Amino acid sequence: MPSQDVLPEQAVSTPSAARPRKPGRGGASRRPSHWWVPWAFAAPGLILFLLTTGYPLVRSLQISFYNWSVLPTQASTFIGLDNYIRALGDPQFWTSVVNAGVYLLMSVPATVALGLFFAILLQKKMPGRTLFRVLFYIPVVTSWVVVSLLFKFLFTTDNGAVNWFITDFFSFSDHAVPWLEQRWTGLIAISLLGIWKNLGWCLVVLLASLGGVGEELYEAAALDGANAWHKFVHVTLPGIRGTLLFVLVLQVIGAFNVFPSVLLMTNGGPAGSTEVPLTYMYKQAFSFLDFGYGSAMSFILAIFIFIVSFAQFKFLGEKKETLR
Amino acid sequence: MTTTSLQPKSLREADIAGGNERSKRPLNAWLLVRVAIILCGAVMMVAPFLIMVSTSLEPNTATLPNPPHFLPQNLTPANYEEAWTENNFAGFFGNSAYVSVLTTVASVVISSMTAFAFARFDFPLKNLMFSMLLAGLMIPGIVVIVPQFVLAKSLNMLDSLEGLVFFYTAGQIAFTTFLLRAFFERVPRELDEAMTVDGAGILRKFLVLYIPLARPALATAAVFSFLGAWDEYVWALTVISDATKRTLPLGIAAFQGEHSTAWGLVFAASTLAVIPVIAVYIAGQKHLIAGITTGAVK
Repeated sequence: MPSQDVLPEQAVSTPSAARPRKPGRGGASRRPSHWWVPWAFAAPGLILFLLTTGYPLVRSLQISFYNWSVLPTQASTFIGLDNYIRALGDPQFWTSVVNAGVYLLMSVPATVALGLFFAILLQKKMPGRTLFRVLFYIPVVTSWVVVSLLFKFLFTTDNGAVNWFITDFFSFSDHAVPWLEQRWTGLIAISLLGIWKNLGWCLVVLLASLGGVGEELYEAAALDGANAWHKFVHVTLPGIRGTLLFVLVLQVIGAFNVFPSVLLMTNGGPAGSTEVPLTYMYKQAFSFLDFGYGSAMSFILAIFIFIVSFAQFKFLGEKKETLR
Repeated sequence: MTTTSLQPKSLREADIAGGNERSKRPLNAWLLVRVAIILCGAVMMVAPFLIMVSTSLEPNTATLPNPPHFLPQNLTPANYEEAWTENNFAGFFGNSAYVSVLTTVASVVISSMTAFAFARFDFPLKNLMFSMLLAGLMIPGIVVIVPQFVLAKSLNMLDSLEGLVFFYTAGQIAFTTFLLRAFFERVPRELDEAMTVDGAGILRKFLVLYIPLARPALATAAVFSFLGAWDEYVWALTVISDATKRTLPLGIAAFQGEHSTAWGLVFAASTLAVIPVIAVYIAGQKHLIAGITTGAVK
């Protein structure tokens, strides 16, 4: 939007073109001439949203209480909390939860730290800055299918590129590592893919945030004799704290949603040892057609994610208030 | 510091956000070190793709080359020809293009109307509805995949490309509405009132004033919708069973399952799938960045 079209007070008060604004400003408070006019505009989107997200959410809860029959000829039977009790007593479900936790701990801190590291390096003017940002972001926009198969190929035991680096290039070991054929190395490979794919997203968000830290703060710190580390700890980190937390929250949620990479790299194997909640849930629902059990597991996961993100966002919101 | 600090000055200036550096800094050792480290990072980001493209351009062999080829040694388009014609990747490509373009158009049209209603009017249940949309951004899509499948079945949308478009569009509504609403709210009240004085109705204002002013935001929404539909895998895997209706990610994944050693073919297809992504990404780069940084305060 051309900036000259913006009211002066708006131009001053909104540093962003796309910031959600308080009601009562701009054009948000006007009454329609007919009651149905806003509904006519909103209806297609809202109906579509409610039909495909709102209704299925309620339905998911319902299905989770049933021994759900996929075939229309058979009746579904109400079994109450049995699916939930079954999930909580299912060792394979717990293995998958532990694996998701391991994936989270291996990938999220590294992704955010590396994203911040490269964002700081790219923040200042340098040749080819835009090109580098583009290159870092390409894995983010590439389909999970493509990158998962690509990493499966790189981690192939015989003559895979990763093993070539280990045995021939760096000579760390004489033996090729069977990456995708055992639990821990499989989880490491899947985590490395997660780091590689999400790094660019963290970088771009944090780069935008770093741009908002006032240069005068750095100058003031320099006058006080602060070195680079002091500036990072006392100016940069406080300045991007909100965004850093936001990035962390989304990466944590994303880690619990890890799915296509596991499905395509190890398919949960060997013997279910690299299964994550979503792959296990998906197999229960669509391979064994146990929709009730699948729904119960997805609901447990959803409640967990909701609690985590609610807590984090609440924490984040309070921080914003106190820092203002 | 509030989270507003992460936002660019405007969507247009998004690509230079963070540019308040001292430009007179002389070329020195530190700059070289910095460039070297970034270069290493960039190589790590790009190297897997180089291996992918090289493998796709070489003849298929049972054993993988050792050392791995970052550049192709025996150039041949054989994998592309075979993937495109014999393995129906032309068909999958067409399916993906059809689904992605329709999804992009539908989600931009529908969510611009919804966003307009939220930005421009007060109406009963407005806040409740908007909170629900925001909650929709936080609910992992996979949680509702079972009931969505049941729903798709009862709507007769299994195994249909239009069914994919329907669910992909619906999946984009929350995000694009959120994005566009913020933009519509910035349209100056004076312009709107001036059009009222000229006797313009609400539909005319929407089409002649709001939509043209929101072009950058519409482009942002379009880029996200296109990439979302083009890359989507899990839902397509769940509802598509007819092999002729596969989208590219489905085709590639299924192909890997059937012929796990024919990596050249897999990567020829993968490269074909990545090319439009890179094209859309580079064309819509600044819009994409603007969208991500907007999403960062949702």
